[in-house]
Amino acid sequence: MKPQHYPAVGEPTDPDVDLHVPVQRPGPWRAQVPVVVVVALGGAIGASARYGASLLWPTASGGFPWTTLTVNTVGCAVIGVFMVVISDVWAAHRLVRPFFGTGVLGGFTTFSTYAVDIQQLVDAGRAGAGLAYLGLTLLVALAAVWSAAWATRRIVAWRQA
Amino acid sequence: MNWLLVIAGAAVGAPLRYLTDLAVQKRHDTVFPWGTLTVNVAGCLVLGLLTGAIIYGAASDSVQLLVGTGFCGALTTYSTFSYETMRLAETGAKVFAAANVIAGVVAGLGAAFIGVALARACWT
Repeated sequence: MKPQHYPAVGEPTDPDVDLHVPVQRPGPWRAQVPVVVVVALGGAIGASARYGASLLWPTASGGFPWTTLTVNTVGCAVIGVFMVVISDVWAAHRLVRPFFGTGVLGGFTTFSTYAVDIQQLVDAGRAGAGLAYLGLTLLVALAAVWSAAWATRRIVAWRQA
Repeated sequence: MNWLLVIAGAAVGAPLRYLTDLAVQKRHDTVFPWGTLTVNVAGCLVLGLLTGAIIYGAASDSVQLLVGTGFCGALTTYSTFSYETMRLAETGAKVFAAANVIAGVVAGLGAAFIGVALARACWT
């Protein structure tokens, strides 16, 4: 496989841990301290934003989890933009990606609430709603990350042309 | 106080996701995102257990905010999961992309169901 044949070769597969980034290569544990600190800080900010959204738009017990669906979709769209910008355009400080991509966006979006909400819907006898929520989140989240990355790459290519 | 509980849980959950991913990647040199799958499944199990504990009266709302909203919410991620799936599909690893989605959903849901069932067995 020759990676240069693929689109957007600068972008990694795993946005959280990329061993090609020098700061994340195996080394003394001390080198990880600033990364862990900014991931914790970003995670706290992202989770607070998600908690705030749940207070603003609460989901009734047994209701369809629209708020979590929206939060996850927004987080996926933003990571699509962010990873293209940070990989192909912006030579940012080495802690920007762990702070924003791993911390803020990772803390904002959630997989555990998604799974447990499906379990709760099924448990309440609403398996159809659970299945719809399962499929809809997958579909919308993947469409969001893909369309956001695609649009950002188009804009980047147009600006550099 | 509620916000502090969420912040405290997330400040542990997010770095734990990063360190787990780092540890998994160092051991397995593969394009399949085992690290993200690991934290997502672990978070689903813990949140299932906690949700069951709350239903059966064994945990308080404060624990829900600290461990559920904060810790499990930050430990698990949908943004990384979907971004990795997209990159796998784009770089030609379409089978891995499909396997990532199926494994994530099946293992995550399975863990959530097991967690709630464990809580039921423990606290009823």
